[in-house]
Amino acid sequence: MTWLRGLRARLVITFVLVGGLSAVGAAGLTYYTAQNNLLAGAQDRLLKDFRNRVLLLSRDVVLPASDGELALLAEDLEVGDRKVYVVRDGAIPSDARITAELRTSVLRRPELAWQRVTRDGVPYLVAGSRVMLLAGGTPSGITVYLVESLAQAASDEAAVLRAAQAAALPVVLLAVLAGLLAARGVLRPVADLDRAARRLGEGRLETRLPVRGGDELARLAGRFNETAAALERSVGELREMEARSRRFVADVSHELRTPLAAATAVTDVLQAGADRLDADAGTAARLVTAEVARLTKLVDDLMEISRFDAGAAVLNLNDVDVSAAVAACLRSRGWSAGVTTDLPPDIRVPLDPRRLDVIVANLVGNALRHGTPPVTVRVRATGQAVAIEVADHGPGLPADVLPHVFERFYKADAARARSEGSGLGLAIARENALLHGGDLTVASGPGAVFTLTLPRNRPAGDPSVRTTPPGNHP
Amino acid sequence: MARVLLIEDDPNVRDALTLALKGRDHEVESAASGEEGLERLARFAADVVVLDLMLPGIDGFEVCRRIRSATSTSIVMLSARGDDFDVVGGLEAGADDYVVKPVRPQVLEARIRAVLRRTDGVPSPVESYGALCVDRASLTVSRDGRQVALPPMELRLLLHLSATPGQVFSRQQLLEAVWEHDYLGDSRLVDACVQRLRAKIESVPAEPRYVQTVRGFGYRFGPV
Repeated sequence: MTWLRGLRARLVITFVLVGGLSAVGAAGLTYYTAQNNLLAGAQDRLLKDFRNRVLLLSRDVVLPASDGELALLAEDLEVGDRKVYVVRDGAIPSDARITAELRTSVLRRPELAWQRVTRDGVPYLVAGSRVMLLAGGTPSGITVYLVESLAQAASDEAAVLRAAQAAALPVVLLAVLAGLLAARGVLRPVADLDRAARRLGEGRLETRLPVRGGDELARLAGRFNETAAALERSVGELREMEARSRRFVADVSHELRTPLAAATAVTDVLQAGADRLDADAGTAARLVTAEVARLTKLVDDLMEISRFDAGAAVLNLNDVDVSAAVAACLRSRGWSAGVTTDLPPDIRVPLDPRRLDVIVANLVGNALRHGTPPVTVRVRATGQAVAIEVADHGPGLPADVLPHVFERFYKADAARARSEGSGLGLAIARENALLHGGDLTVASGPGAVFTLTLPRNRPAGDPSVRTTPPGNHP
Repeated sequence: MARVLLIEDDPNVRDALTLALKGRDHEVESAASGEEGLERLARFAADVVVLDLMLPGIDGFEVCRRIRSATSTSIVMLSARGDDFDVVGGLEAGADDYVVKPVRPQVLEARIRAVLRRTDGVPSPVESYGALCVDRASLTVSRDGRQVALPPMELRLLLHLSATPGQVFSRQQLLEAVWEHDYLGDSRLVDACVQRLRAKIESVPAEPRYVQTVRGFGYRFGPV
């Protein structure tokens, strides 16, 4: 019953309870008052009237009276539905509504006695009184009974009850309606807030709420907007800073190219002359040559990673025999002899051969440099993808290193800080894999195991078709 | 040994490359701008122009186009960035090959040698394919009886393809055979060269009869 815990249900129930109790309370009070006023009022009027008539009768009556005269007296007193019996004391009028109990109390008391009886669902007022002679107040020996219907008063009373009941139902319905309206008034801003918070969580930081009125919910919406604006500002600044630093790296790399171009161009002149120089100068010349080569590699890698960051990396897709490409990569670097391969033929995949070469060369180069032989390269094809697995047979990578190996300039071992790589090789390899819609993962089995997976189902067309990944320029 | 015209605006890079190329027994003239380079070229009969793309004044692409419209001199671009935009633009402007700065002298040397490789004439009859005549002895090509001037790389590509009409060559095969790139050459060199060649020998370059694309594989000559 989770809906019972919702704000809407709680508000409606509260309104119905408050409305219903008020209605029932008001109706009950009305009924109680009406009952007293209507029925008792009618009864009082009747009894007062009856008493007066009996008084008049006591003046007019002539004693002794015959039965006929008594009947005439009774007839005089009857009005409308009113039934009057004038009998001798102790005689029993032929009316079932006049009870023995009433007769007894009439005879026992000097004044008027009355009783309310119900016959066939109709309420009656039955009253009786002995007629006293004016002189001395002695009994005249005659008793008068009155039987009067209270149906009118009772029906008035019932009408009041019905009216009270009839009023209560609309009141409850109104309470439900008011509850729903109030719930809507509260719930709509709450639902808006819920949606807006979700959108904000999804990264749409430009999300704002309309601020209606000046209640607590409006203040909450205002606060939400302020928070979202602050968040957007901060994230915008962070992004701008990151973009600036990335542009800076790209600019620096670019600026380094020109001096490096000059330095690189003269390295073979320097190297050729190194042998003719004395020992120290020769060593210096060879050292400069080697370091220029390293610097060139570093700048090349920085430029490459900057292109990925800028979304400017372009995929030149060709229909490539994966095993043949891997074999060519190993052969061109003179690695064929040192690597155990499992290269099934005829797995053709649309990919960028230059980028595949970069990935495979990096993985195999790392395995040869840092791993333990034999290094194995296996190509496996499934329906959807092709996997290239590069493994060595060393102790593998420590668990705390695994999550970081694709990070830029990450060095697992401080002693290896001056390896011949730029520190960007694996980061670039992974970016290349992602650019293909594939992935590059690492595991530590026996030895470090790098697995490159590439999708097979890229639309293969004219090999000259160059596919730019979505969202990337140019 | 070749006559090399180097057009490069940075004085240190210019001096360094001049030094490196002279060290490899080339005769080198250098120019600091496109205008100066074009002027030099008129007097200095260069075999190959090594051309920087980022130049003050008229840029490398324009220099490339002007050289191509006047002569059949081979052109090797120096791309500062190695960015695709540069490379594609340069190849479209008529460059035969490109190297990315900073370039190792051995690599530049290999490229220069490749584009200057002399195509040896063979004593064979003139072959004609439809309206196209290829004279393998005099290394001339004519269409509808009119001589078509082809720069060296375009001519070599046409001679290579037409030697075995109908045979399909992959881009990699063409790069190795015509451009002498040993491994993983840029296939866009082939595509750009094919486009330029088609523009000269095909009557409707968009619907080529002679140099045809084989989707997913590469190119072939004919069959006509």
